[in-house]
Amino acid sequence: TTSPSTGDTSTLRHRRTVPTSSETLQTLSEDRRSQTAELDDTQSSNGTSAHFSPGGHFSQDPQSSRVVLMLVAGLCFATRLYKITEPPHVCWDETHFGKMGSYYINRTFFFDVHPPLAKMLIGLAGYMTGYDGTFPFGKPGDKYEHHNYWGMRGLCAVLGSFLPIFAYVIVQDLSRSYTAALITATLLIFDTGCITISQYILLDPILLFFIMAAVLSMVKFNLQRFRPFTSYWWLWLVLTGVNLAGALGVKFVGLFVILLVGLNTVWDLWRILGDLSLSLVEISKHFLARVVGLILVPLFLYVTIFAVHFVVLNKSGPGDGFFSSAFQSRLIGNNLHNASMPEYLAYGSTITVKNLRIAGGYLHSHWHLYPEGVGARQQQVTAYLHKDYNNVWLVHKQDNNASDLVRHGDIIRLEHKETTRNLHGHLHEAPLTKKHFQVTGYGINGTGDTNDLWQVEVCGGQKGDVVKVLRSKIRFLHRATGCVLYSSGKTLPKWGWEQVEVTCSPYLKETPSSQWNIEDHINPKLPNISLSVLKPHFLEILLESHIVMIRGNSGLKPKDNEMNSKPWHWPINYQGLRFSGVNDTEYRVYLLGNPVVWWMNLASLGLYPIMVAVASITLQRGFSLEHSLVLMREGGLLLLGWLLHYAPFYTMGRVLYFHHYFPAMLFSSMLTGITFDVLLKSTDLLLRPPYSDWLQRLGQMVLLFSVLYSFYLFHPLSYGMTGPLAHEPGSAMAGQKWMDSWEF
Amino acid sequence: MLQLPLVVTTQVDLVLVLVSLLAFWTRLSRLSSPNAVVFDEVYYGQFVSLYMKRVFFIDDSGPPLGHMIMALGAYLGEFDGNFVWNRIGAEYPSSVSVWSLRLLPAVCGALCVPLVYLLTLELKFCHLSALGASALLLLENSLIVQSRFMLLESLLIFFVLVALLSYLKFHNHPNSWFRYCWLLLSGASCAAAVGVKYMGVFSYLLLVGVASLHTWNLIGDRTLSVCVQCVCRAVCLLVVPVLLYVFWFYLHLTLLHRSGPHDQLMSSAFQASLEGGLSRITQGQPLDVSYGSQVTLRSSASQPIPCWLHSHKANYPIRYENGRGSSHQQQVTCYPFKDVNNWWIIKDAGRQELVVSSPPRPVRHGDVIQLVHGMTSRFLNSHDVAAPMSPHSQEVSGYIDFNVSMAAQNLWRVDISNREAESESWKTIMSEVRLVHVNTSAVLKLSGVSLPDWGFRQLEVVAEKLFKAHSSSLGWTVEEHRYGTSQEQKEREAELHSPTHIDVDRKMSFWAKFLELQWKMLTVKQEDSEHKYSSSPLEWITMETNIAYWLHSSTNAQIHLIGNPVSWGVAHLSLLAYQLLAAVYLLRRRRGLKDLPDGVWAQFVCLGCVCVGGWLVNFVPFLLMEKTLFLYHYLPALCYLHLLSPALLEHTHTHLLRYTHTHSPAHRSTHRHALGVCLSASQLQALKWRDSWDILYRRR
Repeated sequence: TTSPSTGDTSTLRHRRTVPTSSETLQTLSEDRRSQTAELDDTQSSNGTSAHFSPGGHFSQDPQSSRVVLMLVAGLCFATRLYKITEPPHVCWDETHFGKMGSYYINRTFFFDVHPPLAKMLIGLAGYMTGYDGTFPFGKPGDKYEHHNYWGMRGLCAVLGSFLPIFAYVIVQDLSRSYTAALITATLLIFDTGCITISQYILLDPILLFFIMAAVLSMVKFNLQRFRPFTSYWWLWLVLTGVNLAGALGVKFVGLFVILLVGLNTVWDLWRILGDLSLSLVEISKHFLARVVGLILVPLFLYVTIFAVHFVVLNKSGPGDGFFSSAFQSRLIGNNLHNASMPEYLAYGSTITVKNLRIAGGYLHSHWHLYPEGVGARQQQVTAYLHKDYNNVWLVHKQDNNASDLVRHGDIIRLEHKETTRNLHGHLHEAPLTKKHFQVTGYGINGTGDTNDLWQVEVCGGQKGDVVKVLRSKIRFLHRATGCVLYSSGKTLPKWGWEQVEVTCSPYLKETPSSQWNIEDHINPKLPNISLSVLKPHFLEILLESHIVMIRGNSGLKPKDNEMNSKPWHWPINYQGLRFSGVNDTEYRVYLLGNPVVWWMNLASLGLYPIMVAVASITLQRGFSLEHSLVLMREGGLLLLGWLLHYAPFYTMGRVLYFHHYFPAMLFSSMLTGITFDVLLKSTDLLLRPPYSDWLQRLGQMVLLFSVLYSFYLFHPLSYGMTGPLAHEPGSAMAGQKWMDSWEF
Repeated sequence: MLQLPLVVTTQVDLVLVLVSLLAFWTRLSRLSSPNAVVFDEVYYGQFVSLYMKRVFFIDDSGPPLGHMIMALGAYLGEFDGNFVWNRIGAEYPSSVSVWSLRLLPAVCGALCVPLVYLLTLELKFCHLSALGASALLLLENSLIVQSRFMLLESLLIFFVLVALLSYLKFHNHPNSWFRYCWLLLSGASCAAAVGVKYMGVFSYLLLVGVASLHTWNLIGDRTLSVCVQCVCRAVCLLVVPVLLYVFWFYLHLTLLHRSGPHDQLMSSAFQASLEGGLSRITQGQPLDVSYGSQVTLRSSASQPIPCWLHSHKANYPIRYENGRGSSHQQQVTCYPFKDVNNWWIIKDAGRQELVVSSPPRPVRHGDVIQLVHGMTSRFLNSHDVAAPMSPHSQEVSGYIDFNVSMAAQNLWRVDISNREAESESWKTIMSEVRLVHVNTSAVLKLSGVSLPDWGFRQLEVVAEKLFKAHSSSLGWTVEEHRYGTSQEQKEREAELHSPTHIDVDRKMSFWAKFLELQWKMLTVKQEDSEHKYSSSPLEWITMETNIAYWLHSSTNAQIHLIGNPVSWGVAHLSLLAYQLLAAVYLLRRRRGLKDLPDGVWAQFVCLGCVCVGGWLVNFVPFLLMEKTLFLYHYLPALCYLHLLSPALLEHTHTHLLRYTHTHSPAHRSTHRHALGVCLSASQLQALKWRDSWDILYRRR
């Protein structure tokens, strides 16, 4: 009664232990290093678990397993592609991502906080299926009418259909148990949330596709660990890298899966390092292969994505103002493209001034005062990222006459054209950066006081140098206090319209935050000269666009009135997202997970630590339960994946939505598959053989039918509801409103 | 039988005695100078005064133990609490015993030095290393400054060190029964550390982590039965600290039984349990709210400020600034001051009377009522009109039937959210009620937005269709309450102006008070403004900024918080060195090359767990925090590093190479800042080693 694989006695078991199958022995003898990898032989002993009722529907030969895989795939595509064109109007964030797809077709430059891959794919899919990029995607609810939108939705749905298939294969490879894999696939196929999020023009299905593909390749690669440097080994290694690049190219959330793969790789290398039969040369070969496959290849692909992005989008569009003057000069149609304007800054000119910090704004003012308690109650001066007539300033000489060129060391006054206030600094605390001084708009019709005087300084220039438009970096030193005009990059609260703070810094170090350039320059008295601005290098563009994106992301702060979702809401399926339709005549779609599936996931997240605790304590005390290694190692990998995709959201300051949980939910579902499978197989700790098998079958059936039934109940959430709202009597969904917080 | 001769032998570690004496000398000499309020004393001092006067307060910066210890010092020095802590640099009058106020933190700060000495020994390093560690701590300017005033860090560091030391004592003496006393002491000091500042949690978690690792190894030892041991450890390190933590609050609430400036943040029930304040008003009010009762309704939300449901003779403007229209009915707002317009009368929808019948008919959960505004007789009403500032919600107005097209929708269902039984009656003070609008099932809510000038800048009240399960802005509590007796409007107005009456004593249980206080402390938001001397965590490593603590009113004498640059540098270098060394060792061990014997390796790992681990848990969380941070937040982490450097040096010396170690006296030059010595401007200039240090000059 000893288990041959662990060699230790477990008297807890009622069932006879299964002898190691010949297949296992074969794989063991095949591999010359199997003795050193002592942990791995137990994995193969679990191959025997296929004996026990794989779902009750089929046996374990390869023929039928292929049939099951086909069945899973068929169900996936059927559920995702069903009613794909419904509703025929713009749903939720389609208004953004559809629009961005159109921008690619029209080659118009835009700005988005996410990297471009997904939107490029959407654009491509639209282009291939005959969409011409003319639909404006104005707001949710706009009818598509004759426009071909099914291609873009179809791409997302097809990619979304792969998720359960991938999950099936991943779990099967990890646990060697068809039951676990089937449980996972069932959960994901019949989850209304996964269906809904796959059916629309969104980034998420594409992101999830790449995440799952990366995990799948990683798992496959792990399986090849005893056959290093074979072609399959290389294939899965490179595929992992490719998919990582894809995931990161869609959203920065892809970083989490990179972290997961990274940790897995570190663990793998650590194992290799401990293998004393390998020489250091072999180890460094391993190391270099991974550097190439998991760092260099993804990096190259990622950069390529951006290169394509910048090449395709060469026309001026709505995103220009976020970028530096040099960047804008690349774009056809921008006023800086082949610009012509007076070359040197002169008195009497009308100018806009742009901060040199990356994604620094234009110097801006408007008819609003600083609120009480924030320095002096004078007009606000801010930095603003969009082009606007309030960014326009007039350059005056100290004594307000003559038109001459402005030179290094000159004392000037800047008058805000719209409000006729002067740029003014004084010894009050700045609103956010308390160590700096406040900058305001002061005076009327250009008449102010001595605090309105600023000294122009060209960086690296000498006294008497002229100021070149666009090319000179200049600083404005306040005459009275000696501080320098500075953009801190902090966002003002509501009273400042969430624009960026401008201060006067007493620290005179030269940083981009205190340097400005003149962007627009109009002076009728001077001749216009065509300026060829220094074209920026590709890497500069890349860096700049990343900083703009990161800043944009952290700038997405929750608004006071908006309902914002908290991370703890997500696993309990507390509240969904309204995709389409508000009142009872409209076609309504509501993104909400299938509650049975999600609560099962939640339960397994609670069960898993308990089971691991029991298993590891028994192991530590010298007993070994069957399956405990699968549970601890493979389950641990999935739990890590879940944690990496979930925990970081608690530290994020940006606005969060329910759909951010979906990557974590996939990991959680895979974990559920393994947990429930092991739990059901552990019935033999309680009961004797025939009964334990019956109990196990019963458990599997209950699981299957509860998921199917709940899908039947909740499928209208994904495929659309009409008629009265659920909280009103007479609605078809009235009985299903199990939580007060659901709003369908 | 007594055996003779009776002998007592004691061993005295003279080095230990010496460093202790030096520590006391540096921390305690001239403790009462400067005789003025220094930096955060202005903040903690006010709490000490409140303790002396037994007045309730709530401080969201941390639990009360640290404040109580300082108050104990004040109590011993017979401080009566009569001092206005309003600005840094204010001179103390002769009646205030400055020395005793600062004594306890200073003593704890001084004791840290011998504790570090013992801790190094307990980590199994030699006496020379122990001397090194205590010398580093002894000469650390920043610790000296922080210990010499009424500040919390020295208390925190003291308790953390005691906890670590006693845990290691417990771990290193496996076979005595006395060891459980050490474990108990360790648990108790953990509770004290957390009780002084929440930051103590980090060190506590580290200790629990190390302890659970040890316990795990214990479980792995198959020769022992370990149940009892595990339970003992769990009790001492988990249960005892929690109980003690609650005990600090018990003391706090027992000591402070008078009402004071922070009452308004607490619920009405809590306020009524304090002497004076609200309880004086609510004494003797009838308990059950009945039809005909006159009440004031306070919002349960204390954000942005506590306020009462209010209405006044002014209507919503026909059009708002942004062009949206309103119902042009009477405004209903929330008003943060006591006012006669805060009175509302509870009316039975089916009857006309506005007086309480006898016997009174109490209002129960689920009843439908109307609310009549006492002074203007308008009904509380809501309808499908967008609210002025929150257009997604419904407007709430005071309604009277002028036969215009708008119908009355003034029925409200009483929903007692903290009920125990379904038919519970609505109780003054105790019940938190939601008013659910019957027609639209929206809930009366304080939106927290202030109205513009037309609404006299009072707070907006709306009705919102909500699916959120719980939000304090939905709850309302009856605060003042009396049974109305006058049916006539004029008489009723006179009645409303008269003060309320009579008495019953209502006690709140300790647990309810504790939970409420704890919840409020964790949720009250500090406005995150940047302070002149605030700094970011990464600046701490390079000591980029200092903090000016005090400047003499006429001379250049000043006190700054700056670390000793040399020991600071040594500390961070040794941190780096440890990590490199550990990485090299690990890689080599993995390849089967054991450079160190197992015992030494265990010692090395233990050092890393305690010191590098301690530094990590006390530093990394700050990188994620969004609150205003100061250099002194880094001091606990720094102490761990000072523990590390000499031990690492010894390790290098004995196991890697023969290496002589030197100590450097940079202490002298910057210690003048610590002690507040008067220097001329040029001398100050010479001390400004870094450009970013903000040393003050007095212009003469």
